[in-house]
Amino acid sequence: MIRSALFSVTAALALAAPAAAQDFAITNATVATGDGSAPVENATVVVQGGKVVAAGTGVAVPAGVQTIDGRGTWVTPGIFAAATTLGLWDVEAVDESNDSSARGSDFGAALDVAPALNPSSQHVSVARTGGATRASVYSQPTSSIFGGQGAVVDLGADPDMVTRPRAFQMIALGETGARIAGGSRTASFVELAAAMREAREVANGQRDPDDSQLTRQDAEALVAVLNGEQALYVVVDRAADIRQVLGLRSAYPKLRLVLVGAAEGWLAADAIAAAGVPVITDPLDDLPVSFEQLAATQSNVGRMVDAGVKVALGTLDGGTGNQPRNAAQFAGNLVALQKVPRASGLTWGEAFAAISSVPAEIAGFGGRLGVLKPGAMADVVMWDGDPLELSSAPVRVFIDGVEQPLSSHQTRLRDRYRDLDESDLPKAYDW
Amino acid sequence: MRFRTFAIAGGAIALAACSTTGTGGEAKSASANKPVAEAPFPSTYEPYPGVETLIIPVTVFDGAGGRIDNGWVHFRDGKVVEVGGPTSLPPEVANTVDGTGKYVTPGVIDIHSHLGDYPTPSVDAHSDGNEATGPTTPEVWAEHSVWPQDPGFSRALANGGVTSLQILPGSANLTGGRSVTLKNVYSRTVQGMKFPGAPYGMKMACGENPKRVYGGRGRMPSTRMGNFAVNRQMWLDAKAYADGDRKKRDLANETLAGVLDGEILVHNHCYRADEMALVMDMAKEMGYKVSTFHHAVESYKIGDLLKENDVCSAVWADWYGFKMESYDGIPENAALLWKAGACVVIHSDDENGIQRLNQEAAKAQAAGKRLGLDIPDAEVIGWFTLNAAKAMGIEAMTGSLESGKMADIVLWNGNPLSVYSRPDKVWVDGALLYDADDPKRRPVSDFELGQPGEGDVK
Repeated sequence: MIRSALFSVTAALALAAPAAAQDFAITNATVATGDGSAPVENATVVVQGGKVVAAGTGVAVPAGVQTIDGRGTWVTPGIFAAATTLGLWDVEAVDESNDSSARGSDFGAALDVAPALNPSSQHVSVARTGGATRASVYSQPTSSIFGGQGAVVDLGADPDMVTRPRAFQMIALGETGARIAGGSRTASFVELAAAMREAREVANGQRDPDDSQLTRQDAEALVAVLNGEQALYVVVDRAADIRQVLGLRSAYPKLRLVLVGAAEGWLAADAIAAAGVPVITDPLDDLPVSFEQLAATQSNVGRMVDAGVKVALGTLDGGTGNQPRNAAQFAGNLVALQKVPRASGLTWGEAFAAISSVPAEIAGFGGRLGVLKPGAMADVVMWDGDPLELSSAPVRVFIDGVEQPLSSHQTRLRDRYRDLDESDLPKAYDW
Repeated sequence: MRFRTFAIAGGAIALAACSTTGTGGEAKSASANKPVAEAPFPSTYEPYPGVETLIIPVTVFDGAGGRIDNGWVHFRDGKVVEVGGPTSLPPEVANTVDGTGKYVTPGVIDIHSHLGDYPTPSVDAHSDGNEATGPTTPEVWAEHSVWPQDPGFSRALANGGVTSLQILPGSANLTGGRSVTLKNVYSRTVQGMKFPGAPYGMKMACGENPKRVYGGRGRMPSTRMGNFAVNRQMWLDAKAYADGDRKKRDLANETLAGVLDGEILVHNHCYRADEMALVMDMAKEMGYKVSTFHHAVESYKIGDLLKENDVCSAVWADWYGFKMESYDGIPENAALLWKAGACVVIHSDDENGIQRLNQEAAKAQAAGKRLGLDIPDAEVIGWFTLNAAKAMGIEAMTGSLESGKMADIVLWNGNPLSVYSRPDKVWVDGALLYDADDPKRRPVSDFELGQPGEGDVK
């Protein structure tokens, strides 16, 4: 993310390139650090060299650092989209613009989203304008139960999107995986076992090409999963399936599991907590969309958190489409549940953590992203009010200390159609 | 977690549909030359017993643009009796509900739902929303697809405060068939849910879906011009039928004649501004009126035309980009329509979104505010209550808190335009059908009995 002068000259027109990282302090703001604590009023955040230097009350602004008066605003870490396909498509239903799955490919686990990412996708701009600064981008399993290797990215207006390539592998078990594997969960679990065996053989230099199901590339890609270097994001919803997945570590002790989906996670919350496995879930799913989500409820997150599970909000399809900019709305709904009798919600601090520090920790960036604490990368968002409230929006967004443009195809359309006056020239000349 | 797909059967997003309404079970035939059969499948809905109730003190949004702080709402025998403010004397009523710190609105109305015809669980056996076997199917009626045990009705009630909703056929077809308007009250039969006296709608669809579905099979329409040609010929044939003696029963033409008679309301799925303009001209050519464009992500480009033609836009707050014709969707759509003086309705087309129409309206309001358009809360409430009722032809019966209207009422535990608020109590025709404080005062569909999560808070 460090910007060169060359870049800002050559790409300024295309990307409205932001200035280089700046040192600044925001004062008098309501600050939520993202670590689960409650917001603090009249606080200060200091950023130097692209890193957070201090955040809280009683913080002195170092000499020479530009001060931004944050009176009336809230300051938070940027939203971290825990699981998204952002950057892999322009129009979801326009097949040739959509790289979120490789339906006809011979490869599975070896697929790698990093070279497919497009930082100029309008959806990246829209998400950034909504306060999202980082994301874990996955490749959707279609040709194999393994979707391939996802990346941790930043959503800055610059050509370098990748924060960490090949950060995790995704696998679909449950109904989706069963359909891919041949029509039954019996097949998907055998496929998984066979893949792991081949990965082990590759790791041990014993791969027999005449006795292999996977391509060499797929088998090699899975070595990092087997030895725990790469997290394995497991798409699974039913309580029974969750318990099976947790049991995988008896066979593969180094697996770093992350459950994705987990609609019935609350029914297995104690087991998930005991296993120390984190969860990424769509918090507002509350319908029996399938027979593996019969017990879905909006209280799923609250109950899992109460049981000690680390939960991030992600895959936010429910009701507003795949839009990280609505993560704050989803989090706000969990706060709302605190007032509903018998429901389990989250405190404000917990809810904001579920879209900032917790997804960052799951992605392997604990303490470095999703929080405002000394040493963290300076992804900082200034909001015009409570960021979880529907009426609020970001007014300034910084990624690695670099202020970002908040314009997009959408804002240009908005500005063009602010009025419908074409008395002088057609709208096509208004730009 | 379900990965999003764009298949016809399950892809509600790709097929996000508009529909039309038609003559309802109670509608009387109007035209002299129209001996149409007595309305079949009549509504058997009866309001459940209620208790005369006074909610006081409470902030009232009446749905018609009014707001009363420190007010009260009185209802009896299923009807709103009176709404009052701090200076008017409330009646003596035994059953009072303390609304301190709470808000009252009319029951939420979703003009665009597929509950029942694409129910959960979303298995192929439940895919009953698109009769995608021919591009014009005005002969099909959504009510014949509605499964009254859809668990989605209960979530819409408890989390969304939805008391009435229009169930539309999908948008695979240019003309998808009749819609049905329901009260959100579980029944053993769909007739038991039908909104008494609601006109029917008829669903039509512009753009990508029809041409994709049929073009993909090598038949007409495969282009947007094909869409219009097929539609116009359908209308010409319908006019010939309607101008005749109408004695021979013809299900398709009976529905189309109902539109031409002005008894069935057209709900037209249409994303692009240019296509909406063409549809409004087609309607003039053929002698019918479009009630509402659904999805209408580009309405902001033609707010003036929509106002001039008196056509509503039923929109999401911020969906965009999922298909080519949605690429120009912007969050300011509703606010810019409001600025143009055109009719705004917030819709869901989604079993999740229907639980948060209030939140979607609030986001649309906030986008306007950042543009300098200060739209009062009380008007925004109308986007998912009275405006929806008007566009569905039921505004004389529900949609606002006016004396004599149905006591379809939501008591919210905070301002409904805040993310932190949820329904506290919901009355339909004066009957308390959801109460957050009463674990048993929430519906559980047959499907969920004896299964994991039965009766949970959801």
